[in-house]
Amino acid sequence: MASTYEKIATTTLSSAAASYTFSSISGAYTDLVLIVNAGASSPSYDYAMRFNSDSGNNYSVTRLRGNGSTASSLRTSNNSFMNSTALPSDVSANFITSIQNYSNTTTYKTALIRANNAAGATEAVVGLWRNTAAITSITISPEFLVNLLAGSTLTLYGIKAA
Amino acid sequence: MATTYTLISSVTVGSGGAANIEFTSIPATYTDLSVVFSIRCVRSSVVEPGMLRFNSSTSNYSLRRLNADGSTVASSAVSGETGMIFGDINGDTATSNTFGNGSIYIPNYTGSNFKSISTDVVVENNATESSQYLLAGLWSDTSAITTIRLYSRNSHNFKQYSTAYLYGISSS
Repeated sequence: MASTYEKIATTTLSSAAASYTFSSISGAYTDLVLIVNAGASSPSYDYAMRFNSDSGNNYSVTRLRGNGSTASSLRTSNNSFMNSTALPSDVSANFITSIQNYSNTTTYKTALIRANNAAGATEAVVGLWRNTAAITSITISPEFLVNLLAGSTLTLYGIKAA
Repeated sequence: MATTYTLISSVTVGSGGAANIEFTSIPATYTDLSVVFSIRCVRSSVVEPGMLRFNSSTSNYSLRRLNADGSTVASSAVSGETGMIFGDINGDTATSNTFGNGSIYIPNYTGSNFKSISTDVVVENNATESSQYLLAGLWSDTSAITTIRLYSRNSHNFKQYSTAYLYGISSS
C-alpha cells in the first residue's frame, strides 16, 4: 500500500531564529500537516504563520480559546499573518496545523490550528489566507517580532489522497 | 519513502473490564506519538474524567482546558494532580453502547524539553449532558516517555470493548 502520510521536511533549531521557512513545498500532496513544538525569546507573542512570504493584510482568523479561567472567541481580520495562542518562554507549546487543498489555484486557503500552551491557553483556530496561489512555502515566527527558541522542532508532513 | 505513521500497539479491553490501559516499552525511534481511544467506564454517571500518566510519574502535570457540556462552555487550569486529565470519558449512565472518543498528540516525546500534549476528546449522550474537551497539557519532566497509562480518575474500571491505539509518527 502506498504511503499516504509522508514527511516533507523537519528541523530542530540549533540556535534562536527570527523565523523558520519550509520552502519549495511540492504540490504532490492533497493536504499538509505542520507539527511545531516551540517557545519564544519573549513570551506573549503569538504563534504566527505566513504563506508564500505574503506579508500583506490577507489573513483572518477565528479563535476558540480557553486560558484557564475564561472561555472566549476572538476575531482578527485583515492581518499580516495567521495567528494563534502566544508562545511560552520555554520549548513547551505545541501547534498542530492542517492545511487543506493547499496546492489548488482556484480557492483561498484554509487552515485549522490546534494551539496548546499549558501555561497560556488552548485554542482551536480556523484561519484564512485570501489568495488562490498554491502554497509553496510556510514561514513560522512569534509574530515576526521575536525569536523562536533553540531546540524548537518543526516538521511538515504531506498527506496524499492517492 | 519510509512509513511515517506506524501502529506501535493496540489494546481492546476484554469481558472482565480493566483498571487501565497501558502502553509500555515505547520505542524511542519515532518523533511524535498519537493515542487514539474509545473508552467507557463503569461509573454510574454520564461522564468520568480520564487521566493519563507518563512513566508511572505521579507529579509535575499541569493543563489548561476548554470544555463544554451541552449548556455551558468554560475554561480552567489544573495542576497538582497525580496524573493529567486528558478529557472526559463515558460513564455507564450515558447512552448505552456509546464510548468517549478522543486523540492525544505528544510531539517530541523523547526530547530533552518538558513534554507538551494536545488532546481533543468528546463524550456524546442522547440526553442533556455531554462533554467536549480541548486541552493543552504539560508534563514538566525532561525524561523520554516510555510508558503511557490511561485510567479513570475515580478508579472505575474501563468496560469491555474500550480500545486504545498508540501510533508513532516518524520524521526521519
